[in-house]
Amino acid sequence: MLNGGRTGPAPLNAGAPTAPAFRRRLPLVEWAVFGTFAVLPFLLADFLTVFASRLMILALLAISFDLVYGFAGIMSFGQALFFGAAGYSVALLARDLGVSSVLVVLPAALGVGLALSWLVSSFLLLGRHPPSVTFVALGTLTAAFAAEELARSWYYLGGQNGIPGVPPLTLGHFEFSDLAFYYLVFALFAAVYLLCRALVRSQFGLALAGIRDQEQRLGFFGYRVDTFKTIVFTIAGAIAGLAGGLYAYHEGFVWPSMMGVVLSTQIVLYCLFGGVGTLIGAVLGVIAIESATYALSEQLPTIWPVVLGVILLVVILFRPTGLIGLVVSERERTGDFGRPGSVAPRGAPSDAA
Amino acid sequence: MLLEASGVGKSFGQLRALDGVDLAVSADEIHGLIGPNGSGKSTLLKCIAGAERPSQGRVLFAGRDITALPPSERARAGMSIKFQITSVMPALSVYDNVLLALQAHDRLRDLLTSRTRRGLDTQITEMLAAFRLDRRAAALAGELSHGEQQWLEIAMALATAPRLLLLDEPTAGMSLEERRVTGTLLRPIKARCAIVIVEHDLDFIRDICDVLTVLDQGRVIASGSVAEIQANASVQEVYLTRV
Ligand SMILES: Nc1ncnc2c1ncn2[C@@H]1O[C@H](COP(=O)(O)OP(=O)(O)O)[C@@H](O)[C@H]1O
Ligand SMILES: [Mg+2]
Repeated sequence: MLNGGRTGPAPLNAGAPTAPAFRRRLPLVEWAVFGTFAVLPFLLADFLTVFASRLMILALLAISFDLVYGFAGIMSFGQALFFGAAGYSVALLARDLGVSSVLVVLPAALGVGLALSWLVSSFLLLGRHPPSVTFVALGTLTAAFAAEELARSWYYLGGQNGIPGVPPLTLGHFEFSDLAFYYLVFALFAAVYLLCRALVRSQFGLALAGIRDQEQRLGFFGYRVDTFKTIVFTIAGAIAGLAGGLYAYHEGFVWPSMMGVVLSTQIVLYCLFGGVGTLIGAVLGVIAIESATYALSEQLPTIWPVVLGVILLVVILFRPTGLIGLVVSERERTGDFGRPGSVAPRGAPSDAA
Repeated sequence: MLLEASGVGKSFGQLRALDGVDLAVSADEIHGLIGPNGSGKSTLLKCIAGAERPSQGRVLFAGRDITALPPSERARAGMSIKFQITSVMPALSVYDNVLLALQAHDRLRDLLTSRTRRGLDTQITEMLAAFRLDRRAAALAGELSHGEQQWLEIAMALATAPRLLLLDEPTAGMSLEERRVTGTLLRPIKARCAIVIVEHDLDFIRDICDVLTVLDQGRVIASGSVAEIQANASVQEVYLTRV
């Protein structure tokens, strides 16, 4: 079933005639998504361009969750914490120091996300026995909840109202307009996506896949599992921070629920809906849910949240692999890290289980 | 001695699974561990590998006290284990399972840049061929037969180039033919490392082991060469009355 194309193109290594173990469809989806975003401003009205910027920023956030959960099996309800904390940080930079240069804002947002997630991971992920999924989920959830409450009650952070009046992003004398901001976000989105893609398909990514499946077992091979988890968690935290910094400039203000429990849960839903463990599935989840919300919430203002909830439930119950599962096989989702094709002779019953 | 476990005890609540067990393994021997079900063989291997913490006693490996080390550091010191319950990565290909084991001691930087992947290809191909899995390289490990999974696990346990290999019932659930093949697969390994092997099947173990240790109810009741153990009266009794 997976190996229809035995007459496919020759493998990389000469000598051993081989066939791919599965047909690759993910790259098509990836090209379609990024191709569309690349030309979108020329197709859409201006206000929709602004909406599309938002989609890409939320997609960054969803990717950060997919990285930890879909690839390393760490159930984090804390991604909004890193997102919101970075948003507040860049808003404070603008309000108190008058700094809105992209050269400061982006590294600061990344840095805040990275530092904070490193702190959280050293509390929640380390220890002699691997912490349970519930422990990490509750721990991150609590951290997000506490941060939101702190922001609500702290006068310096603007309390309930948050921090308004975040100015446009600048580079020297250049001010990012809606269109320039869109392409800045697009460039960052594409760059982060490619880096994550390289990461999860590297030998490091293979170790993550092992951790996801058999965390305990990996220690007996000599893997220092904690180190891998900390690294992936802090990379994801940095990405969430970057997204938060961009979001503050996109919205022009920051507010407490930006780092709260509701947003954290929403991120989880984007990913489960789109499908975890492929990166692009998370992006699709954001696009699908946010677009539907955008289009329908005006017609059905009161019952939309319920409708959305039901749709999500149905998908999660009946299609555990999410939207992306409609397109790619489970075999492709896991993928190959080495080159099994290079050892399977032609006609070998390599996947006829 | 490569491995010296002394006075190892392990309690699970009221149950004394291990009660003052001594085990010494030299660098080039195949050491068989036998005994009736529930006699503590798996628990002993787990205490050696770090999956369980002994309640008493010490474990020395290459002269170093490793009793408190986590499994990853024991593995890095040269120890490798195949558990009784098969634990391959079912969703990864057979090839990637071996790669995962082979790259375990590589530097993080090399893993992030995938630098060692190409170089390991030949080694993976050879290992798969040695364990009769070359035709199954692209299959998912979860699709393998039970016997094949056991072979894959042994290959993976060997991939880290251990000085001591711990095998818990490598032939459990295998057909007679698969058992015979496993015997021939294990013999050449002896040149590379010491092995502690837990087995039920005395006939299987007799042919490949240099030394046997017999456990019963968490205690060592006999230890010695195969001939000595076969002549031992108390072993006879345990095996006749309880197996
Ligand atoms: N994690 C555990 N918790 C409680 N009891 C255990 C545990 N592991 C093993 N035991 C008990 O310890 C005894 C020895 O088990 P084990 O080492 O698996 O025996 P063997 O491998 O020789 O068959 C058995 O009585 C078993 O029920
Ligand atoms: Mg056992």
